[in-house]
Amino acid sequence: MANTESHKQKRGLVAIDGAIALIVILLVVQIWLLSATLETYLAGHTSTVVPAAIFSGLLFSACLALNLFVDRVDKESRHN
Amino acid sequence: MPLFRSPSKEPLWKEEFSVFTSDERYVTRRQFTKFLTLASLGMFVGNLWILVKSRFVKAPQFSAMEIAEVGEIPIRGVKLFTYPTPQDHCIMVRTSEDEYVAYSQKCTHLSCAVYYSAKNDRLECPCHQGFFSIKDGSVLQGPPPRPLPQITLEREGTKLFATGVKGT
Repeated sequence: MANTESHKQKRGLVAIDGAIALIVILLVVQIWLLSATLETYLAGHTSTVVPAAIFSGLLFSACLALNLFVDRVDKESRHN
Repeated sequence: MPLFRSPSKEPLWKEEFSVFTSDERYVTRRQFTKFLTLASLGMFVGNLWILVKSRFVKAPQFSAMEIAEVGEIPIRGVKLFTYPTPQDHCIMVRTSEDEYVAYSQKCTHLSCAVYYSAKNDRLECPCHQGFFSIKDGSVLQGPPPRPLPQITLEREGTKLFATGVKGT
């Protein structure tokens, strides 16, 4: 029983670590996107501003979904 | 399987400060994930801010200012002036008989003063060898990330007026 719980907790931790790694990658892309958009905007080009905002919103949604996933795994592994 | 976490019967402080080491690993990871998600939200808000600024904030309008007489400087000659404020140094170049161009003199890399190289027919920054096109102020080479802001010029009779700044 204890072994099963320990195994379940380890699996949960691996899943959370994977989700965190993915969020970090998404965040790096978002940071690059923000700096690139700012550069082009300051250069006087505004055509990239709208797609960049949409793409950034999608990346944030993905991060939020992963955050909810981590929350759920945390709950399942610790409280069930 | 519910998407959102249902409220726990345990008080929040017990959830966040568990006495079990195994639980502690979960808590730190969950908090780190929250921090990363908030950082992601910050990036998104930054992008939205740029969007709002580009849509709703109008470019500042500057009043026209006389800067030179036509024929005052020779072809491939240069005149320095300040526009729109005395702190904004600009450079005007006469590129042909009837053609004048003017740019901000501040390099977009680290704000060194650019000068006109008649030999190479381009604007050059002496600090880090950043070169700009004399035609449109675009970056030809070097570390500057953006073109030079261009000063729009208008001719009225024998006088040249600076009327605005493009690309600030």
